[in-house]
Amino acid sequence: MDRRRFLYAASALPFSLIGCGSSGNSGGQAALRNVSYDPTRELYQEINQAFGRRWQAAGNPAVMVEQSHGGSAKQARAVIDGLEADVVTLALAYDIDAIAERSKFLPANWQQRLPNNSCPFTSTIVFLVRKGNPKNIRDWEDLAKPETAVITPHPKTSGGARWNYLAAWGYASRKYGGDESKSREFVSALYKNVPVLDSGARGSTTTFAQRKLGDILIGWENEAYLARKEFAADGFEIVVPPVSIKAEPPVALVDHIAGKRGTRKVAEAYLRFMYTPEGQEIGARHHYRLSVPEVAERHHADFQPVELFTVDGMFGGWKAAHQQHFRDGGLFDQIYQPGT
Amino acid sequence: MARHRFIPGFGLTLGFTVFYLSVIVLVPLWFLVLRTTSLSWAQFWAIVVDPRTLASLRLTLLTSFAAAAVNAVMGFLVAWSLVRYQFPGKRAIDAIVDLPFALPTAVSGIALTAIYSSNGWLGSVLEPLGIKVAFTPLGITVALIFIGLPFVVRALQPALEDLDPAVEEAAAILGAGRWQTFLRVILPAVTPALITGFTMAFARAVGEYGSVVFISGNMPLKTEHVSLLIIAKLEQFDYAGATALGSLMLAISFVLLLAINSLQWWTARRYQGN
Amino acid sequence: MVDRTAISRKLIPDMIQTAKTTEPAWMRTILLGIALLFLLCFLVLPLAAVFTEALRRGFGAYLASFRDAAAMSAIRLTLLAAGIAVPANLVFGLAASWGIARFKFPGRNLLVTLIDLPFAVSPVISGLIYVLLFGMQGALGPWLAQHNIQIIFAVPGIVLATVFVTFPFVARELIPLMQEQGSEEEEAALLLGASGWQTFWRVTLPNIKWGLLYGVILCNARAMGEFGAVSVVSGHIRGKTNTVPLHVEILYNEYNFVGAFAVASLLALLALLTLVIKSALEWKIRAEAALQVEEAA
Repeated sequence: MDRRRFLYAASALPFSLIGCGSSGNSGGQAALRNVSYDPTRELYQEINQAFGRRWQAAGNPAVMVEQSHGGSAKQARAVIDGLEADVVTLALAYDIDAIAERSKFLPANWQQRLPNNSCPFTSTIVFLVRKGNPKNIRDWEDLAKPETAVITPHPKTSGGARWNYLAAWGYASRKYGGDESKSREFVSALYKNVPVLDSGARGSTTTFAQRKLGDILIGWENEAYLARKEFAADGFEIVVPPVSIKAEPPVALVDHIAGKRGTRKVAEAYLRFMYTPEGQEIGARHHYRLSVPEVAERHHADFQPVELFTVDGMFGGWKAAHQQHFRDGGLFDQIYQPGT
Repeated sequence: MARHRFIPGFGLTLGFTVFYLSVIVLVPLWFLVLRTTSLSWAQFWAIVVDPRTLASLRLTLLTSFAAAAVNAVMGFLVAWSLVRYQFPGKRAIDAIVDLPFALPTAVSGIALTAIYSSNGWLGSVLEPLGIKVAFTPLGITVALIFIGLPFVVRALQPALEDLDPAVEEAAAILGAGRWQTFLRVILPAVTPALITGFTMAFARAVGEYGSVVFISGNMPLKTEHVSLLIIAKLEQFDYAGATALGSLMLAISFVLLLAINSLQWWTARRYQGN
Repeated sequence: MVDRTAISRKLIPDMIQTAKTTEPAWMRTILLGIALLFLLCFLVLPLAAVFTEALRRGFGAYLASFRDAAAMSAIRLTLLAAGIAVPANLVFGLAASWGIARFKFPGRNLLVTLIDLPFAVSPVISGLIYVLLFGMQGALGPWLAQHNIQIIFAVPGIVLATVFVTFPFVARELIPLMQEQGSEEEEAALLLGASGWQTFWRVTLPNIKWGLLYGVILCNARAMGEFGAVSVVSGHIRGKTNTVPLHVEILYNEYNFVGAFAVASLLALLALLTLVIKSALEWKIRAEAALQVEEAA
């Protein structure tokens, strides 16, 4: 009968495609969950393997590290809303502060618990330019010149973009001796040169590399190295400005969750592992600047010299920076006020 | 009308409909609105009249309307061709009409941006003519046309298939020209389906985000979509502000959909009344 | 009997399209040309772009994209979510269209509008509502946590979000169709003593089968392709809560464009597959119907 066949077709179609719908869990292995931001996949893949070997070699049961990646603030929200993370490794301290403040899953002084502001790896904000640097871009002031198209993501939706913005502002603030209106003028001129604000940092890289838009891409140093490698045929060049911001992506134990899941010991070991020479070497391979001086010394020649300022030093911490620049109606929004 | 009384199943079907609707849609949406009430009216109003909000609302509604209108016309033509004409590759065309639903919206956005950006297949042809598509409101409209097209085509196809050719023949025998037959006989018969398709394409366009975010460029006051503003608020952990924008969009969509649906019922009744 | 009228309705246009009930040839050519040009720019080129990128490094690289544990688990999860969402919305669609198209009651219009609403809701909001409801800061979150029930950032949340975004498809496909068809045939069946269930099964269903099938196909395609809402409730745990569209995003963000478009093309192919099944059914039924008509003659 026709109708019967139709009903089958209608209702059985999706069912027939399910096949084996059950998603198997990975045996009896202890699992540690690291909730991280977007561009750290390659880094943590390597760290997780190395840590797993080390942990087992020390006579512990095998451990599997589960990764979750997404925009930094989105990931923080997920943890606040109930995504169970034993450790969080995010793009800016502001996002982990939000977890501490809203869910009380970790103490407010979390950033003092590990060395170097809880940042095993740091980076800085640099420029990626097209082959041969045709616009001769050397320093921040070149980005505000007319006829220069700058690619950077939307500071309201991307953590990486906020670092870019603060780097530019910090440069201007130093140059003009803290004169806010002049800094504002500079940053406005720079953002007037931005034709597209992608929602995430990797999206901006794609716009720059694939759509061939813009003369210069602002981004993290380690990301610039990766882009140069991934799009090797384009011959992009990295320009490190004389002055830039120290990008500090912190890591933290989420005490409440790790306690609940019984993973505290392994989670703490995991975070400490990142500060060991082995962990630091992995960071170096991914072009992060290192926090342990002995290892950093070895890679000194890999990085071009740059004078770094910090969010704490220049802006009085993330909270203040956020309040001044990124809140609704803050300085970033004022750049786009109608009539300016 | 009395004749409807003896069709059974009213209580069962309607009861289930209302129950399922409530559980899946209404209760969760109610919590969205509830969350907004943690704002005072003054705070809510400040969000609504913010120039960024107004610009993005205008952008979202205008591009959605434009896209749905284009889809209503072109979708009709496509459905008509598929139902009435024979041409090589018809099966294949029929099959890919659903493509915009199947592709993840982000993929559609990326593919369309690649095609319509200045170094893309079509963008490189259009740009010398002075037409910029990617990273402009036009690009957003293109993306919304893409994601809304299946609604119109698939709503019209069954309606056109069900048209009784005898009526058209009668019209022709009575001396009506083809254009007259179309306007007086065919179009009224499929208007309810056409409006349904338009409504769904429009509604979907208002809510679309994944494909738009890639092709829009997200420039404040120019190409910032409402959904992007919602995300921007969430990024600052401003749940109340985000739900306020969400509730506002919900209210606007609801009123617009109610108006279009009323229009559809009216045309359906008028046609059936004839 | 009922079947045959429906069949003859479908067959006659093909068999006896006279000059008077169709457009002149030049007009047909122009209309068809415009339709095809439009489809070329808006459908064929994006599809071609997806496959061009997917096959950039050859067929071997294309296939390799699926031989990855993360890809497989994403495919399984997507099929599971669609496998629950589509039947659920199918049952709802049938009930809603029967209740709304066959009866007159105050507030019908309102009800249809409420059914439409999930389309108009931004995917960010579609996901957020479940976070507000089931999240730790939400209404039910703390209670669920106490009882160790995970809804969001787990499979149930993904299924819920998928059901939400595909909610209106079947219902909205059927309501106008059943309205347009009217209820005379069902009334006749009921007068002749058929039960309500028999009437639905033997009269209504054959009449709405095409609309129903389109609705299911669209619903299924959309369920598999949903990105935004699922992204909000997924938690992005690799190998556990990533659906195919989320996996595509990950690959794309890893600059693995071949992999991203290859996996995306799988979704396109699934959509095409459903259409092939539909065409095959259509063809078979037409052939059977033609046979019946011949026999009757």
